[in-house]
Amino acid sequence: MAYRVIHYINQFFAGIGGEEKADVAPEVREGVVGPGMALKGALGNEAEIVATFICGDNHFANNMEAVSAQVVEAARKYRADALIAGPAFNAGRYGTACASVCAAVKNALDIPVVTALYRENPGVDLFRKEIPIVEAADSARGMGKAVPALARVLLKQLKGEALGAPAEEGLLEKGIRQNMFYEQPGAERAVSMLIKKLKGEPFVTEYAMPVFDRVTPRPPVADMRTARIALVTSGGIVPFGNPDHIAASSAQNFGQYDITGVTDLLQGKYQTAHGGYDQTYANQDPDRVLPVDVLRDLEKEGAIGSLHPVFYSTVGNGTAVAKAKSFGIEIGKRLKDAQVQAVILTST
Amino acid sequence: MNLELHKIAIRKLEWGPRTGARDHVLTINKEELVSLLLEDPALRKVEAELAHPGDSVRILPCKDAVEPRCKLEGPGEVFPGWIGDVETVGQGKTLVLEGAAVLTTGRLVAPQEGIVDMSGPGAEYTPFSKTCNVVLVFEPVEGVELHELEAVYRRAGFRAAHYLAACCKADKPDTVESYAFPPMTEAMSAFPGLPKVAYLYMLQSQGLLHDTWVYGVDAKKILPTMISPTEVMDGAIISGNCVSACDKNSTYTHVNNPVIKSLYAHHGKDINFVGVIITNENVTLADKKRSSSYAVKLARMLGVDGLVISEEGFGNPDADLIMNCWKAERAGIKTVLITDEYAGRDGSSQSLADSCPEGNACVTAGNANEVIVLPPMQKVIGEPATADVIAGGFFGSLREDGSMEVELQAIMGATSELGFNRIGGRTL
Repeated sequence: MAYRVIHYINQFFAGIGGEEKADVAPEVREGVVGPGMALKGALGNEAEIVATFICGDNHFANNMEAVSAQVVEAARKYRADALIAGPAFNAGRYGTACASVCAAVKNALDIPVVTALYRENPGVDLFRKEIPIVEAADSARGMGKAVPALARVLLKQLKGEALGAPAEEGLLEKGIRQNMFYEQPGAERAVSMLIKKLKGEPFVTEYAMPVFDRVTPRPPVADMRTARIALVTSGGIVPFGNPDHIAASSAQNFGQYDITGVTDLLQGKYQTAHGGYDQTYANQDPDRVLPVDVLRDLEKEGAIGSLHPVFYSTVGNGTAVAKAKSFGIEIGKRLKDAQVQAVILTST
Repeated sequence: MNLELHKIAIRKLEWGPRTGARDHVLTINKEELVSLLLEDPALRKVEAELAHPGDSVRILPCKDAVEPRCKLEGPGEVFPGWIGDVETVGQGKTLVLEGAAVLTTGRLVAPQEGIVDMSGPGAEYTPFSKTCNVVLVFEPVEGVELHELEAVYRRAGFRAAHYLAACCKADKPDTVESYAFPPMTEAMSAFPGLPKVAYLYMLQSQGLLHDTWVYGVDAKKILPTMISPTEVMDGAIISGNCVSACDKNSTYTHVNNPVIKSLYAHHGKDINFVGVIITNENVTLADKKRSSSYAVKLARMLGVDGLVISEEGFGNPDADLIMNCWKAERAGIKTVLITDEYAGRDGSSQSLADSCPEGNACVTAGNANEVIVLPPMQKVIGEPATADVIAGGFFGSLREDGSMEVELQAIMGATSELGFNRIGGRTL
């Protein structure tokens, strides 16, 4: 028996109308509508489009959650085994709608989904990590190419076959790094790649270098004598016993610790949780990594206004940049709320 | 310089009255081995165990892996600066017990050692599930400082490896491999028309037990220099690392450096392999600038067209890798980089701590943050409780049934940036 597929399209591809009809409310029609005809051909006998869910782009944009829930309900009602949305090419609202309903149906029903979008469609960045997105051209002229790819990717998923590399499947990259075993050891792959590079032959890097955020430094603190200064460290200094269980490497969390009245980080009261260096000297005197003692002196001398009574700590060792960034955003927010003027960041 | 490696293939280890190799079986006199190691007054107790491929055995925390080697002929002795004198090695004949390894274990710096599983899913990732291992478990006398203890364990591993090979000097090798490293004048005029290629070999030298040694010299203190690949095979470079186990270069992988092996394999066919440049990965910016400029200068003096650059470690050394890359590329030398990745457990983070547009040819040894569950083993050699604090482990890593959930980071040699394994990464 053929797999049952539900298809999501907008008012334009349903033939209802253009921008002037973008507010139309959802409706479900049995069988194929618009681009569903081409999909029907590509799916052949193996899968059948049993229903088409149509919604105006503006209506979806204004009622994302409600319409997504209705698509899930329709998929349930028609006992759908899978969902295809679009193709939406470079249409921004439509693309976002296609990707959203795919994600909603996948999360609610755990059935295969697929859509096809132009690489710069805003729906791509929002959902690329969650759902397979076939790379489509920027306009409906690319329909002929997108449709067979959609059908192929969907059928593979329905049959439980693993999807190959994005380039092979015609999919946009999710941006997720995954380990695999190559035919050759890394050293041989490197030498072979160098030979190609030297000959001027094409080669494929195994990792495209990332592009980094650049942070513009803030202007200097105008008057240190009145400034509230905080200490933040990636050197892993924590109260003895590591109460928040910050991991020795690849930390998944950071800690926030009160140092009201603490003038010196004593051995046995504080320690490091960091697994990337010989801990001996940090444990002997944790001020070596987090200089509370010196800042208390400066506070007493009046060189700084005050030391913020809370410090933040995590372990910067094998920690993914995305994790570090999320810690930084949260710590920064808390420091800002506490009206801290400047931060001393210590590493190891 | 010419070196012959006389290899005896070892497929099984057993205890017995006399240490020697016969029919691919290495018999070891345990008492003799242990009493040799106990000559070091810093060691209170040494236990020795055997672990074979396929055994239901987990070894942790594993510090170093050493291949049994000794000189048969030629100046010096293997592991110069640690066994015997500091005489220049890399010539003559060296005996290798191929398929055997000495693994050292014992409580050291809590978090910085690795796991070796001899069977199960974890075994897929470590090179040392394929070797027949003599596992040494050390206990020190009281009062030895950590960094001294590291040196004690390190030396003991070399002594054991050397002892095992030295006892087989009379035994017939199964294969003999020859490696030539000619004088520069010959090397430069050889194979006209083929591109000249060198290897830029980065050595971990961040300090605080992230150390590599060259002829007994701390690599932190070297300027980049040239070394013959045959010297590397004789153990001129050894590991003193207690850093994340997945991408530290063990002494075993140094002497069996796969980049050198591949460069030799293509030598005279696609490339003219003209040299190995070693450099370090010190932590200060001045050191990074000095070493990268100096290493690239050596490559320019050699007049090479291309460089394979291998990193050791991650994070801070990414900065050294990137400096080496763009300085070489801007000097007109094409590069390929070997690194590994810290892309987060879900693989969605960027993988490196530094980057440059010139780094357009990169081989990766995989995402070290990927999580794996290691099922319980019948036997654990070492100390399973360390699972919670080793790098790549986390609190709750060790479960009640003896299984462990860890990142690949915790597995010995899993993401070797010498490119020892077939693992790599791709973008989904």
